[in-house]
Amino acid sequence: MLQEVIFAGFGGQGVLTIAKNVAYSAMLEGKETCWMPTYGPEMRGGTCGCTVSVSDKMISSPILAKYDVGVILNLPSMDKYEPKIKSGGLIIWESTTITDGPKRGDVKSIPIPAYDIAVELGSTLVMGMVLLGAFIQKTESITIDSVLEALRKTLPARRHNLIPLNETALRKGYEYASKI
Amino acid sequence: MGEIHLMKGNEALAEASIRAGLDAYFGYPITPQSEILEYFSRELPKKGIAFVQAESEVASINMVYGAAGCGKRVMTSTSSPGFSLMMEGVSYIACAELPCVLVNVQRGGPGLGTIQPSQGDYFQAVKGGGHGDYHMIVLAPNSVQEMADMPSIGFELAEKYRIPVLILADGALGQMMEKVEFKEYPKKNIEQNWATVGKPEKRDANVITSLFIESEVMEQVNIKLQKKYEQITEEVEDCELYHADDAEVFIVAYGISSRLAKKAVDLSREKGVRAGLIRPKILWPFPTKVIQKYATQAKGFISLEMSAGQMIEDVKLSLDGSVKSKHYGRMGGMIPAPEDILKEIESML
Amino acid sequence: MSKVIERDGVQYEVIWEKPKGLKEKQMHYCPGCAHSTLEKLIMEVIGEKGLTENTIGVSPVGCSVFAYDYMDIDMQQAAHGRAAAVATGISRVFPDKLVFTIQGDGDLAAIGTAETIHACNRGENIVIFFVNNAIYGMTGGQMAPTTLEGQITSSSPHGRDVKLAGHPIKISELVAQLPGTCFVTRVAVNTPQNVKKTKAAIEKAFNNALDKKGTSLVELVGNCPSGWKMTPVNSYIWWEKNMIPMYPLGVIKDVDNN
Repeated sequence: MLQEVIFAGFGGQGVLTIAKNVAYSAMLEGKETCWMPTYGPEMRGGTCGCTVSVSDKMISSPILAKYDVGVILNLPSMDKYEPKIKSGGLIIWESTTITDGPKRGDVKSIPIPAYDIAVELGSTLVMGMVLLGAFIQKTESITIDSVLEALRKTLPARRHNLIPLNETALRKGYEYASKI
Repeated sequence: MGEIHLMKGNEALAEASIRAGLDAYFGYPITPQSEILEYFSRELPKKGIAFVQAESEVASINMVYGAAGCGKRVMTSTSSPGFSLMMEGVSYIACAELPCVLVNVQRGGPGLGTIQPSQGDYFQAVKGGGHGDYHMIVLAPNSVQEMADMPSIGFELAEKYRIPVLILADGALGQMMEKVEFKEYPKKNIEQNWATVGKPEKRDANVITSLFIESEVMEQVNIKLQKKYEQITEEVEDCELYHADDAEVFIVAYGISSRLAKKAVDLSREKGVRAGLIRPKILWPFPTKVIQKYATQAKGFISLEMSAGQMIEDVKLSLDGSVKSKHYGRMGGMIPAPEDILKEIESML
Repeated sequence: MSKVIERDGVQYEVIWEKPKGLKEKQMHYCPGCAHSTLEKLIMEVIGEKGLTENTIGVSPVGCSVFAYDYMDIDMQQAAHGRAAAVATGISRVFPDKLVFTIQGDGDLAAIGTAETIHACNRGENIVIFFVNNAIYGMTGGQMAPTTLEGQITSSSPHGRDVKLAGHPIKISELVAQLPGTCFVTRVAVNTPQNVKKTKAAIEKAFNNALDKKGTSLVELVGNCPSGWKMTPVNSYIWWEKNMIPMYPLGVIKDVDNN
């Protein structure tokens, strides 16, 4: 099993963090993983992408040209990464703010109104977690339990009060995706 | 087995250096290695270990000179343009025979270039880079785990041979996160009676210098350095081999390229093409004997580098015309695709 | 009770001895040059204060490059201009040791300006001895940043034209602005009184470093008979008449008196 995923959106949308959660969860599950940001001179507001590879075996190349799955949080990222998803691959995308979904017929499109769901939950900050829940439902590359364990290990103690909200967001995203 | 962490290569290198007994770090911010400086700025003061954010790479390498001259475990890190600025200091350090570990997390050049990963500083690393006849031992990690393993290896080699050791990484290795396990690193166990620590009554003053104004003396200094380099060339070698035993086409690649090469080897094996990889984990001294050993069974060698072709010269020198060889790579921060590497492998048959 | 020695049947009273901290090697400095006096005074102070085992010196590129051949203490020779950075490295790993540099005007005030200013600004616990003789002595008398307006050198043969080459730079006044410096003073060794004042300044600077007060910079306004193309005696006259008025002697900054 080797799954190569691109997470992309605006800087500040939590792209690097949700990608890190996937890598950390994979590590907790004893899998091999590699997290590789596309780093650039932009700070806030620029387009930001991060690839995560998850595998049973040593990961040969951390830098990828094509991806199995795209988790897309903004329109510029859709334009940039849609052509780079492998045929038969998956695009999970934030459908409240991105109006146009993938145009290709050979990839599976999973629109998730993550922004709306996050607003309902009371914090737009958990939008990424909603998408991560959908990602887990569709790919099964990691489990919700490992993400929660990862959050407990990576968040400082004073932020652990946020874990229940994140869990709700993950489960909402998972539920929503299971209906698509 | 120790605790497993998920860390960026830059951070893993910094943490491992502390565990390996680092006494001082001097550095200057530059992408894509600034996490090393930031990590040390956070951790070293807590531990009472010297840390200075210097005014330039010129200053930081000279701070390294001063602290290394005191016999301490000292490190600096930078990326390509900053490493160019350090060349003067490195030449002095090599001549004064000061042990230290330097880190170059390469980015695309020349000039200000790009901040994306590159391997364009190979010549600068292995052929000297600064003025005069000198070498550094050059280590080439290809994973976050090796970013953590190499500082300790570097300090051991640096102290054994009294030589600067360079860890030649690249932006990908610095920025990516992988699993890493920190080990128990050996403590310094070597007498350094040459260091400037303050002169006791009964010994002669110790002097750290690279100035030997009389030509006869300077030649002797050079002869001594060259003997040391010959000794290192005999004694130091580290290569990873991948599907080498029955390979007929070899990729020679180091650092991040070697991981792309592995994927290309896997792809070619799936197609029944017997490709193999020779990965130097130490670039200077270059593993000439390993290349020569496999030359007898090979139809061709490809030097895969993210440069216009630099290591290919050492591959060709090692092969000495016995087998055909060529360079393949991308430049300016672009990454070769395994599928393209596969085509190059097939073209050698 | 003064010491008496006998040579060839004649008894002599010893009024001055070569400091024990100076090596036997004969200095290469030109006759009349101020460098040798400074190095001798530094070693006198180190000897008198019992600091030999606790001191690490840094020599520059320039006329005092060979200071380690004369001063019998552990020393490092730094690249051109980088002495303050090298001293920073030493001082940071040996915070309790006395670390000093000796540097000339080309080394400190041209190529090493950044290292000097930033070491001073960080308040490194080091002592910087700055020998300002308004010329590049070692390379053959070229114009330095501190060369006086109109002064003829081998690279300003028509006299320093400030429109083309800028003005003589006053390093001591510059670094005195920085909070990291605790003591900045200008001294000379052209008269016995000035030699005594120089020695007192060295003592004070060393005490400051041992007390971790910050950076001390002692500027020795010097001469360069060879570079100035003068006899030693004439160089002393020119020193007093031109150098000292441009670079006036005295304490510029002393945190103890503020």
